[in-house]
Amino acid sequence: MMTPDDTGSTKTMNMIEAINSAMDVMLGRDDKVVVMGEDVGFFGGVFRATAGLQKKHGKTRVFDTPINECGIIGVAVGMGAYGLRPVPEIQFADYIYPGLDQLVSEAARLRYRSANDFICPMTVRTPFGGGIFGGQTHSQSPESIMTHICGVKTVIPSNPRDAKGLLIAAIEDNDPVVFLEPKRIYNGPFSGYYDRPVEPWAKHEVSAVPEGYYRVELGKAATVREGEAVTVLAYGTMVHVAKTVIDEMGIDAEVLDLRTLLPLDIDAIEASVKKTGRCLIIHEATRTSGFGAELAALVQERCFYYLEAPVERVTGFDTPYPHSLEWAYFPGPVRIATALEKIMKD
Amino acid sequence: MPETPLPAASNLPSLSLHIPEPRYRPGDIPDFGDIVVPPVDGTPRPGEASKPDEMRELCYGLVRVLDFDGEAKGPWNPNLSPDRLRQMLRHMMLTRAFDDRMFRAQRQGKTSFYMKCTGEEATSVASTMAIDRGDMVFPSYRQQGILITRDYPLIQMMNQIYSNRGDHLLGRQLPIMYSAPEHGFFSVSGNLATQYPQAVGWAMASASKGDSRIATVWCGEGSSAEGDFHSALTFATVYNAPVIFNVVNNQWAISSFSGFAGGERTTFAARAVGYGIAGLRVDGNDPLAVYAATQWAADRARTNNGPTLIEHFTYRTEGHSTSDDPSAYRAAQEASAWPFGDPIARLKHHLETAGEWDDDRHETLRKELEELVKTSQKQSEKLGILGHGMHQPFETMFEDVFEDMPWHLQEQCAQMLAEQEKKFGPDWKPE
Repeated sequence: MMTPDDTGSTKTMNMIEAINSAMDVMLGRDDKVVVMGEDVGFFGGVFRATAGLQKKHGKTRVFDTPINECGIIGVAVGMGAYGLRPVPEIQFADYIYPGLDQLVSEAARLRYRSANDFICPMTVRTPFGGGIFGGQTHSQSPESIMTHICGVKTVIPSNPRDAKGLLIAAIEDNDPVVFLEPKRIYNGPFSGYYDRPVEPWAKHEVSAVPEGYYRVELGKAATVREGEAVTVLAYGTMVHVAKTVIDEMGIDAEVLDLRTLLPLDIDAIEASVKKTGRCLIIHEATRTSGFGAELAALVQERCFYYLEAPVERVTGFDTPYPHSLEWAYFPGPVRIATALEKIMKD
Repeated sequence: MPETPLPAASNLPSLSLHIPEPRYRPGDIPDFGDIVVPPVDGTPRPGEASKPDEMRELCYGLVRVLDFDGEAKGPWNPNLSPDRLRQMLRHMMLTRAFDDRMFRAQRQGKTSFYMKCTGEEATSVASTMAIDRGDMVFPSYRQQGILITRDYPLIQMMNQIYSNRGDHLLGRQLPIMYSAPEHGFFSVSGNLATQYPQAVGWAMASASKGDSRIATVWCGEGSSAEGDFHSALTFATVYNAPVIFNVVNNQWAISSFSGFAGGERTTFAARAVGYGIAGLRVDGNDPLAVYAATQWAADRARTNNGPTLIEHFTYRTEGHSTSDDPSAYRAAQEASAWPFGDPIARLKHHLETAGEWDDDRHETLRKELEELVKTSQKQSEKLGILGHGMHQPFETMFEDVFEDMPWHLQEQCAQMLAEQEKKFGPDWKPE
């Protein structure tokens, strides 16, 4: 999946380091790239994703912004119109809403409404998802709001190597990309068992990240586990939770890490579901009108005569993300195992 | 949820909610006698590098150059040559002739929508003449004068208004939502004030690249209430962006008077004070004052002295758009009672007073421009008008959502084409 110039040496990186490396590489390769956001400059970001970048690339390339998401995305649209390639950070995906009009009505439609007079080659990076005791304003998963916008691409990596390659591809893309970073797995993959110690990325093969430039193309899913019995569609944190549960249950499941929600790799989904005849969709976001609804509809439209059981969804509940009860909200091993049992019984 | 308890008996005064109300409604005789009209030479002109807190009074005053006897006076007089003044007059008159023709075209059913800028021509024409051709303009929807001043072909504007075969925006945008990058004119959104932070971003980019070009941006007093306006001013002051903010205070936002944007309590130029940027309040019906204020702000921006907010104090003579009926909410005589007159009449008077113009030349020019508009209209209508035939290939509906069309749009496009074929038969082709 990686491009051929992926030679050079690799280095063990967690997701934050890989994301930092992607911006570092792009700031070095293209003087049109600028990185900005709340606390991203001198301090290097509240999650350290931009640590050291200002010092290396200068204050006019990497800088702090006012606490104003409308302004952050709005000025990025103007910078894109000038010819820059802005990479704004929204500190938490929960804070993207004040900037949503600039994203939905401006960034996403600029190419269309101006018939290519102006484009918006912006990549909005933002950490999303729960499992860090962030409460209802630091835990949300707004990906289906993004996929509902026409003109925006939505990308969600699940490991360091993909994160860097996908972010580079997103920055080089000439359309606006929302790059959602699953913050629960910044430091290590999450099994779904919050009471077990976190395993660092260093223990996983995907933490061997090329130090230089490489791309992971947008719009391509990855088969992270091959199997014949059931297709599991997941992305971000839930890829790892799903794999843990499947291994525990000993089911011969195929797990697709979607990586890009829009444009979606429908061919990979269709091929897998037609092969297994069963499909489980997992996401952390709220259930109603979640991206799982879109996936379920697509699967039944394209694979109905191959299905041996109803398509199942495992999701967060339709409530705000609770603080103290977050593990009762989170679609953890019990919810996933229950759904898998049901889907395999039919 | 518990009910809010009734207040206990007390001697505290009752609170009252203020709902703004314009002074004049249909049937009233408007009297603008209380609007302060300062003398033309009474407003000082600070240096372009002045500190904002040293020139705050300019946010509450009114920059004027042309008096009502046709004389240009005072420290703000830009001393333009007669040729330049005649050029300015021509641009304003052409804008008005274009407006009249396109308004009529909408009434004749040739397009869906139009917006005139009658009475506000000076704000866009004079300010555009005061900046460089390379400077980037982020317009709102009533700045057709900018395109006309930058010699954008009228036929191109009309093609867009008609959404016809010549419309380079492929009929995607509501009429008057032009886009003209080669004329330094950003795509008009149709959303309000979203262009404000975008202009700041463009200006920041220009500054970060060591460019010499600046950005200007437009909104009305009504949309200055949007959050985007305040986001933009915050970013502009933080990064000292080379940008000119124009607020056209034409008193009315559809049916809401300026009081619903906060105009009862302060001026719109005074928004600059809180942000620590320069603010100028200018007679928007005085083209020389608009020119002078813009020139001042452009010089300031270009010399790294930062942004300026200019309030153009003017009056919206016509309805908001062809979909509006102002007689339903405001006094009919407001426009004629407006104490600052008409910008075209005032510039004409000035040129006449200087012996550089007369009624005959004016009438000849008016007819020439009318003819120019008429000829362009005929050419444009040869390429089609809205609602009469299809002017764009159907596939264009799906193009440019992304640089490359993803599979789901390809599928939807195929579905739509099949629908059309079912409807019109296999031999059907778009006109």
